[in-house]
Amino acid sequence: MKELLIDFLLVFAVGGGFCVIAQLLIDFTKITPARILVSYVVAGVILTAVGIYEPLIKLAGCGASTPLTGFGYALARGVEGAVRDRGLVGALTGGLTGTAGGITAAMTCGFIAALVFHGKPKT
Amino acid sequence: MNLDPKTYEKYAKSHAKKSPVLKDCACAFLVGGVICCIAEGIYRLYLHLGMPEVNVRIMTPVTIVALAALLTGLGWFDKIAKFAGAGTLVPITGFANAVVSPAIDTKAEGFVLGVGAKMFIIAGPVIVYGTIASVIWGVIYYFLHNGGIL
Repeated sequence: MKELLIDFLLVFAVGGGFCVIAQLLIDFTKITPARILVSYVVAGVILTAVGIYEPLIKLAGCGASTPLTGFGYALARGVEGAVRDRGLVGALTGGLTGTAGGITAAMTCGFIAALVFHGKPKT
Repeated sequence: MNLDPKTYEKYAKSHAKKSPVLKDCACAFLVGGVICCIAEGIYRLYLHLGMPEVNVRIMTPVTIVALAALLTGLGWFDKIAKFAGAGTLVPITGFANAVVSPAIDTKAEGFVLGVGAKMFIIAGPVIVYGTIASVIWGVIYYFLHNGGIL
């Protein structure tokens, strides 16, 4: 029980920490939210490449994989596996393969939501 | 009520907005942390139900994306996001919202150039630059791997 609590506290702290960094960037710089998302994904790829992100995933689980840096982690891990399996071609296929689930889910949900829900007029 | 300027200044200061940065960060930390804990709970639930771990790794973000899409459609996501700031933006919920929200709002422009095109207005650049970064890392990794370094 105590272990479970510590696990979830780590998930909370790391996941929340990523959000605080983004909030500080929004409050103190003129970086738009769209740029934050792009930067986070690219940062995730770089942090995985230099070997920092894997230990963070081991430490905090979904606290590290749920923020968009985790999306970058999935891209980088996908590409590594594909390069090992099929050589240089893997550099072209691995990234999107590793993130196919999330991207396809977002597209499908977006389409279904557009069918079901009605947009609000912009205010 | 009679107030001299000095007392009034004190009164006004005590009721003025506290540094919004601190409050923003607290909200982002709280909501972001909770979302990640929900994801962790879903992850463990799927494992507990006997789903293979390879699939759990895919289905956990997929579930979060679906939940965020539902909340976006119901109009609740914006209310939470207003409070949470980066707390809902940074987790994959922000990516889902960035796809679903324009998809719903551009329905009137048609399903091809409205929904189909505009759902990528923010998600598109995220996917493009993320993928390009992964291609670059893939090429570097190829040489490191073949050189026996990794």
